[in-house]
Amino acid sequence: MDLQVDESGRLRHLLTIEGLAPDLITAILDTAGSFTSVTERSVKKVPLLRGKTVVNLFFEPSTRTRMTFELAAKRLSADVLNLDIEHSSTRKGETLLDTLRNLEAMQVDMFVVRHSQSGAAHFFAQHAAPHVSVLNAGDGYHAHPTQALLDVFTIRTRRPDLENLVVTIVGDILHSRVARSQIHALRALGVPEIRVAAPATLLPRNVEEMGVQVYHRLEPALQGADVIIALRLQRERMRGAHLPSEAEYFRYYGLTPERLGKARDDAIVMHPGPINRGVEIASEVADGPRSVILQQVTNGIAVRMAVMAMTLGSRGGEPR
Amino acid sequence: MKLMDEAAIEDVLEALADELSALLRADAARPPGVVGIHTGGFWLAHRLHPRLTNRMAVASEIGMLDISFYRDDFSRVGMQPRVRPSRLPFEVEDREIVLVDDVLYTGRTVRAALNEIFDYGRPAAVRLAVLVQRSGRELPISPDVVGRRCSPGTDEHIKLYGPDPLELHLAGGS
Repeated sequence: MDLQVDESGRLRHLLTIEGLAPDLITAILDTAGSFTSVTERSVKKVPLLRGKTVVNLFFEPSTRTRMTFELAAKRLSADVLNLDIEHSSTRKGETLLDTLRNLEAMQVDMFVVRHSQSGAAHFFAQHAAPHVSVLNAGDGYHAHPTQALLDVFTIRTRRPDLENLVVTIVGDILHSRVARSQIHALRALGVPEIRVAAPATLLPRNVEEMGVQVYHRLEPALQGADVIIALRLQRERMRGAHLPSEAEYFRYYGLTPERLGKARDDAIVMHPGPINRGVEIASEVADGPRSVILQQVTNGIAVRMAVMAMTLGSRGGEPR
Repeated sequence: MKLMDEAAIEDVLEALADELSALLRADAARPPGVVGIHTGGFWLAHRLHPRLTNRMAVASEIGMLDISFYRDDFSRVGMQPRVRPSRLPFEVEDREIVLVDDVLYTGRTVRAALNEIFDYGRPAAVRLAVLVQRSGRELPISPDVVGRRCSPGTDEHIKLYGPDPLELHLAGGS
């Protein structure tokens, strides 16, 4: 059974991009496009989710993702609770299921879940009451679907001809739930050539099976690319010797102005943030004219508004 | 059944433009802005705008509202599949707004449109212009200028087809 989609094909939860129908992905992006007009007005709010309650459950630190989820919910007129895990009962040993049951007893309508364990959001969705929607805001190494959606939204805004693009993802693919979700989204939308560039120690085994071309050197991977996505070197996730040093990583895989010269003249540079300047990307590139990194942040609000409106809107006919 | 063809609609729009130009303030600091409700109202706004421009000063661009985010039945029917971004290409604050729709029925669409307009600013006034006013109002909303009035059965549906040519049809019922 598909947890994410109901019998009539509407989005119930958003847990992963994998298996999501291309039409549904396109519908999310189109809806997000219409929400961008809301965020450009003087009153940046529409009454769609008035009376609904959204709980941000972040078991891992996050600034951008949590704040843009919160802003998205508020711009839809929902009420937002931010559970501060550091000071919550989970610290006292409460199980995930008990946390869920207690929050449901407070009659909330949506959980936005980030957790260091892969599958945490699925677990919530499996056990949630029928009227509750669960959005995955990143689970372990598994998936970060709204990030991937805002990335393809940003690409589509600049380059609507997705079926002609060469997209290069460079960096720590192994620890990146973002990369995994991006690859699924890009493939679903018909991007013909997806390249990944990383040292062998930062690539998952059998990554080719995801439908990507593997490069161990950055320069050839950038040759003729339309979109370059630099990933953050996830220092906090690295146990053991994946890398000799950050300086050496930058020497071989850092996105510099010289290397960017290999890509197409109109290529765009993306990064899911937070960026490590001088580790995976040079400041001149991150702040340069090709960078759309801050547009990604802005687009994240509209994309999250779309996902929230579509999931909670699909609950209309069900009795509570 | 066809209620109005292109020529009949054009005649009605000519009359609406006359009535509106008598109604709207011609000496305002900000000239009136024409706003059509997606989709039929927007088609009509495009036909009405040049006619008003011939008669008086109006804002040069036409606004468009897709009121999907303001519908009162969202919690029952959910998200509309294709929502066009609303666009009001002029300052709403202190401006007289001509709100254009094809069919005024329950009044709920106009209620939603008014709410959305006020999220852009506080207009000096809102005037409602409709091609057809049909019976069945559920809210205390009435138009300022009206093309035609009719009272079809509740199982009948009035729909504007367009944008070129514009035709008004009645469907359903027995």
